[in-house]
Amino acid sequence: MIPSGPHIPQPRADALAKALGAERYALDTAPADCLWAGAYRPGAVPGPSFGVAHGRVRSVDVSAALAVPGVVRVLTAVDVPGTNRQGIVHKDQPVLCDVVRHAGDPVALVLAESASALRLGLAALRADIEPLPAVFDPELALKKNAPLLHPQHKGGNLLLRAVIAKGDARSALKSAPVVVRGAFSTPVQEHAFLEPQCGWAQMLPGGLHMTVSTQSPFRDRFEIGHALGLNPFSIRIVAPYLGGGFGGKDGSTVQCLLGLAALNSDGRPVRMAWDREESILAGYKRHAVRLRYALGAERDGTLVALSCRLVFDTGAYAHLGGEVMELSMEHAGGPYRIPHVRVEGRCVYTNNPVAGAFRGFGVAQVSPAFEGLMDELAAALGMDPLALRRKNALGPGDVNTSGVAVTSSSHLPECLDLAAAHPLWTGRDEWRKAAPPFTLRGVGLAAVFNGMGYGRGLADMAIAKLEMTETGGFLVYNAVADMGQGNASAFALLAAQELNQEQAAIGLVQPDTERCHPSGSSSAGRTTYTFGNALVRACAAMRRKLLARAAMALLVDDLDALELIPGAVRHKATGKALPLAVMARFLTRDDRVCVAEALMPVAQNPPATGKDFVIGFPHLLFAYAAHLARVEVDELTGRVRVCDYAAITDGGRVLNRQGFDQQAQGGAAQGIGYALFEDFRLSAGVIKTRDLSTYLIPTALDLPDIESLAAEGFEETGPHGLKGVGEVGMNGPAPAIAAALSDALGVRLRDLPFTPERVLAAVKSGRNKSGRNKGGKRA
Amino acid sequence: MKLSFHLNGTPVALDTAPDRRALDVLREDLRALPGHGHTARGAGEADEGRAALDVKEGCGTGECGVCSILVDGEHKLACLMLAAQLEGRRVTTAAGLGAPGRPHAVQRAFAEMGAVQCGFCTPGMEIAAAALLARNPAPTRAEARRALSGNLCRCTGYVKIVDAVLAAAAMLRAERAAPCETYESGEACESGEAGAGEGGK
Repeated sequence: MIPSGPHIPQPRADALAKALGAERYALDTAPADCLWAGAYRPGAVPGPSFGVAHGRVRSVDVSAALAVPGVVRVLTAVDVPGTNRQGIVHKDQPVLCDVVRHAGDPVALVLAESASALRLGLAALRADIEPLPAVFDPELALKKNAPLLHPQHKGGNLLLRAVIAKGDARSALKSAPVVVRGAFSTPVQEHAFLEPQCGWAQMLPGGLHMTVSTQSPFRDRFEIGHALGLNPFSIRIVAPYLGGGFGGKDGSTVQCLLGLAALNSDGRPVRMAWDREESILAGYKRHAVRLRYALGAERDGTLVALSCRLVFDTGAYAHLGGEVMELSMEHAGGPYRIPHVRVEGRCVYTNNPVAGAFRGFGVAQVSPAFEGLMDELAAALGMDPLALRRKNALGPGDVNTSGVAVTSSSHLPECLDLAAAHPLWTGRDEWRKAAPPFTLRGVGLAAVFNGMGYGRGLADMAIAKLEMTETGGFLVYNAVADMGQGNASAFALLAAQELNQEQAAIGLVQPDTERCHPSGSSSAGRTTYTFGNALVRACAAMRRKLLARAAMALLVDDLDALELIPGAVRHKATGKALPLAVMARFLTRDDRVCVAEALMPVAQNPPATGKDFVIGFPHLLFAYAAHLARVEVDELTGRVRVCDYAAITDGGRVLNRQGFDQQAQGGAAQGIGYALFEDFRLSAGVIKTRDLSTYLIPTALDLPDIESLAAEGFEETGPHGLKGVGEVGMNGPAPAIAAALSDALGVRLRDLPFTPERVLAAVKSGRNKSGRNKGGKRA
Repeated sequence: MKLSFHLNGTPVALDTAPDRRALDVLREDLRALPGHGHTARGAGEADEGRAALDVKEGCGTGECGVCSILVDGEHKLACLMLAAQLEGRRVTTAAGLGAPGRPHAVQRAFAEMGAVQCGFCTPGMEIAAAALLARNPAPTRAEARRALSGNLCRCTGYVKIVDAVLAAAAMLRAERAAPCETYESGEACESGEAGAGEGGK
């Protein structure tokens, strides 16, 4: 066990540089003499192939583009060396296509001397594409004669089908006294990070060098190497602070295209920056999911059985579709004890945009379904919805819906107790009754969770490097990209505590595959936990080393007689101190470096189910949360306002309260957008919401002052007791707001987002009912 | 055209197309002017010249506010302005809000109050905040939210950004009441922070 350090309320190490406008992001460091590279996506731009979401490229006419002054090169699929296939798990996505499988697929890459030449060059390109039959509905894509996206894939359009089963859900549902059922749907969500995908690259004598906005610098080398036929170890990726990621920069976005451009730029650096429209057209999205649920319980509210079927639209390429579905299925039953469970998932290729990782990775999609049915069950039983959850909440010693024993720190019951005592909950009746004219009010609750780490089947490993500088300070070589979540600052804080140094003595190096060690992606709520554990070990090794070296100089034969103090090693008894700045001078560089790794523990004796998953099943560690939402509905317009919101989070021990609150508030904000505003529109594979005035993310006027509370615990395996809290906050708002709307309208909305149109229809149908909706149905 | 304007207090002059986006003038064209001697951090080692790389591009169509600048003290979007519109103007970017080594109250408050996460919206958000505080030294939370509503943030949920704007307002009021020499060390100004929570909902 790692001893607990003090709480340190401290601004993040990166905050001031960013506030001063001094921080440099991937595109800011692009040299002035860069060429500009851009992709031609014929299905997405005006021209004869607009709207073609599936088609064979007969030819690309590059002559007019090459005639544009300033256009240097135009490349097509035949120019791609290597496999021309990218992808994190399945390599099925071309860098440049000879068959387009969604309307945003690229068929050519233009290199130009300037942004304006690039624009003219792209506009002058013409592709001759033979349209092929396309399919945009995942259930239709599974029909017999559906057009096939990847004819060589042996499952047809079915990327992956999987089952998680425990007990006998079918008979348990049959015999359960109370059963509630429902069909739900969740939409595509756009990450809308404010820094669109971008980077720059150059071929240097040693190989390809790329500075890029990425969550996965180490894995990128292999994706680029595979696609372009390069030795991955000849590729150097530098990952400065990202201007947001949220999963959308996990895996290759610009990387393979940029690498291809650099291979064809005669040694000149080349930059690629997607504009907002291209970011939306070509970026990865949150999977849209259709969910059919049945949940059975005893009359006292004890859950007995869950059966559900989920269908995922992964779009044209696998990306992380199977892995997202795995998380969905593992979380499909909610953070509850349910003895009999059957979850079936199908992840399906369609000619829609590519879906991938997004904060709450599959869990955000199932949360409105399991919590929706918990509310309907409470209504059917005449039980308080919070009491129903409290009764079934997972706690230490329980077994979760996937059959994994809860052995780690888990404080959902405490989250719910804090919710039960919260004024938003205790005052809900009064508040509802005080609704102004033409306004309906409701209060909703949701209990959610989110697994941490990659799960069983692949090493969730990080390797931390720590260097004492020549002047006696320390450098932490952060190897997990910081997309804004503040992991780099958390590492500086951990190192300062572990080494007993002033914060100012700790410097940070951002991920660079040449200077840091492979530590996985910035994802899965694993970042601070895994690398943090490795760093704690590297700090321990450094401390031992410094005490041992100082012992020689101080003529001490007992290391316990020495201690590390800010800037020095001190002999406790005499107070004699050897400054680190002096020690640094007699240590060689090699000797000033400590490297240590950490591996996230996985579930031992995994349940005999979920065998269809290649990797990632099951998870061992979870963060939990209870969310409360107060909403007001305008009866005349259907507009919903979230008036008050509280997120109560169990993330283990809180290392830095400010960072913890940032994650809780930011996650909830994205979740509120997902629930109410973010209405991603597709028509036959063509994106209709191509900018931020049609795809609406919350502004400062759309959100309340989201309150963040901690149900603090201590995770024995975590650095200083912490767990990852990056994802769980995303999962609460959709179910909490659905519950609040149901409370206000007497009707449950089951299809996200809850747009004014849908809400207005629900207001009208609610008026036609005499009382509150009784969603429950007896078997 | 020959274009001259003041960027963060110092004059700049360059030759550029009049219909060039102001954002491209600031981020790209000013690279060609001799800079302050510092180069970019990281592996790029690009000479930044006078480029205002703190001005970011988030959408290019006036929807996100990331490229916010002050033009003669007014909050504008650099992606919607043309080069010629900068002629003779005083342009302030986030980096120019404070003096070197002396962060502006807005910058200090953003850093201290946790208003910065990925930091990409931060420079533009600070410009919007500074413009608000110039016309309203004691905004309420609701007024701050309205003033920031043209600037999108995808990380924070805005709570700590609003906190920071009110804290900055309090710092500036205290500073005005008792101007202090060592603003950067902050000691004489700490009292200003006591007012951080006022104007709450």
